[in-house]
Amino acid sequence: MKRFTQVGLFEREEQLLAAIGESRIRGLVVVDAYSPYPIHGIDELMGIRRSRLTMVCFFGGLAGLALGLWFQYWSSATDWPLNVGGKPFDSLPAFMPVGFELTVLFGGLSTALMLFVRSRLWPGKRGRALEGVTDDRFALVIARRNTDMSSAELPELLRRHGAIDVWQEGGE
Amino acid sequence: MHTELQTAHRPPALIGGNKTPTDVTRDVCGPLERRPTRMWWLAFAGALTLLAIGVVSVWYQIATGIGTWGLNRTVGWGFDITNFVFWVGIGHAGTLISAVLLLFRQKWRTSINRSAEAMTIFAVMCAGLFPVIHMGRPWLAFWVFPYPNFRGPLWVNWRSALLWDVFAIGTYFTISLVFWYVGLIPDLATLRDRSRGLRKKITGLLSLGWDGSARTWSRYEMACVLLASLATPLVVSVHSVVSTDFATSVVPGWHTTVLPPYFVIGAVFSGFAMVLMLMLIARKVMNFEDYITTVHITAMCKVIVFTGSIVGLAYATELFTAWYSGSEYEQFAFSNRIRGPMGWAYAVMVLCNVVAPQFLWSRRVRSSLGMVFTITIMVNIGMWFERFVIIAGSLQRDYLPSAWSDYVPTSIEFGALIGGFGLFFTLFLLFCRFLPMISIFEIKTVLSGGHHATEEVEETKERGVA
Repeated sequence: MKRFTQVGLFEREEQLLAAIGESRIRGLVVVDAYSPYPIHGIDELMGIRRSRLTMVCFFGGLAGLALGLWFQYWSSATDWPLNVGGKPFDSLPAFMPVGFELTVLFGGLSTALMLFVRSRLWPGKRGRALEGVTDDRFALVIARRNTDMSSAELPELLRRHGAIDVWQEGGE
Repeated sequence: MHTELQTAHRPPALIGGNKTPTDVTRDVCGPLERRPTRMWWLAFAGALTLLAIGVVSVWYQIATGIGTWGLNRTVGWGFDITNFVFWVGIGHAGTLISAVLLLFRQKWRTSINRSAEAMTIFAVMCAGLFPVIHMGRPWLAFWVFPYPNFRGPLWVNWRSALLWDVFAIGTYFTISLVFWYVGLIPDLATLRDRSRGLRKKITGLLSLGWDGSARTWSRYEMACVLLASLATPLVVSVHSVVSTDFATSVVPGWHTTVLPPYFVIGAVFSGFAMVLMLMLIARKVMNFEDYITTVHITAMCKVIVFTGSIVGLAYATELFTAWYSGSEYEQFAFSNRIRGPMGWAYAVMVLCNVVAPQFLWSRRVRSSLGMVFTITIMVNIGMWFERFVIIAGSLQRDYLPSAWSDYVPTSIEFGALIGGFGLFFTLFLLFCRFLPMISIFEIKTVLSGGHHATEEVEETKERGVA
């Protein structure tokens, strides 16, 4: 989708939050907001849905547990049953520690991996952070949904909430 | 640039010195961008020396054989496994601080979690080393993994506690590393945006193109909570599994159900002592007095006195159980621990682990950095001795008096012990040089005692367009 976006740079988290609030009320598209630290309550304000990473973590962990238990069972009871001190080949209680560790391992790795995939983070990614947003600045990127708002209104809205710098970017 | 902000009033805070977000960035990144201080070089040279002693000792041991150690037919585990258990335990505080305190929303953790997590990773690396060199033929260490081989394939014995260790330590290391790295990404981006040249290239690569987007933050926070929720039971499982190396055997003094919780709480206790010791040094050397304040030191002291008391209770429980069991072997094992040839080690252990931390009940002691520092060192010594007493002390005198033996560690074993500390401190000092020791973005969320920094100050500010 091709559209022009308006970027505003703020010095305060409240200014950013207020600008997001007004943009949403006025029916603008809040493309994204950038901040040096996670801001409490910004998710609700921007309408970001609760992340579904919990599901990824749960099913990743479940897969780890299943794989761990199955592999221990298969290798000690099916593939090469070996009598160790007269213990049963299928020693489920003794398989639990490794099963648990693999649950955690798979759950954790799948969560981290999915975080990178969903957030499009990868080594060597080309792109830049807006000036100062990894230090003490807050940025808001908004766009018009349709043309019934004059293009001068966007920078005006941002400035009204205290933006110290406002510019337009030709988005893709 | 933000001088007018610094005059603004703020309530008493976790972070001293009325810091603004920019100050935090500058204070934490600053030392990384300057040349290392003479202090750092001195410490690094010392750590490298210790490491070199370890490398020479271990190299000699591997080249010559396990006979260079003082182990014998009766005492098959000595310094090596003591060091292993000690270092695994040291690591536990890092996970506790980063994961458990995150779940409990203890905001004071933000100043220390980064270095505590780093400490976990380095401690687990030290821990992993000792079982490997203990194998005698470390080049066959891969035999501990279940891999397809031409001997059947013959699989590993899944019923062995030693194999559980492989998976527990392996998972612990991996998850701690992932958690630490995920936590570092936003700060690496901060470093990237401040630097030029090679440093920018490296931090740019490692920060994965982080841009601070709200959508990313939202997912990121969820991922951190999930990783913390996984790490919390993991940390309990790891030292429990380590304790089963002993508890699943029949050696008197080892064969007891109290061992898993006993080990876990001891690990947290020793780990906190190590974190506190390192933080006391770091705040002085790196000028982080505003970030690691008396609030943090007091909080850690309280954790130490709490866990230390539980450790004392565990020692008492052991003695009671031995007496109450009516088993003469069990009773002998404990009377031997106290009065036998290693009674002095038991005394050191009780003095350092049970008596010393009790002084932390006093506010005067807690506020004296020298006293706190001394106590943390004592706790570390005591916890090393605890493992030594349990391991070598129990093996020395088991069921058959004809098999009794004494254990005298050799200089090679002392060398490996020293080398473990050398490796740990070398890695820690490198970490202090190249990565932000304090979590920059998390500190920014707790400026002004948990309120966002910008909330109160900005009313006073009238600023023209930059």
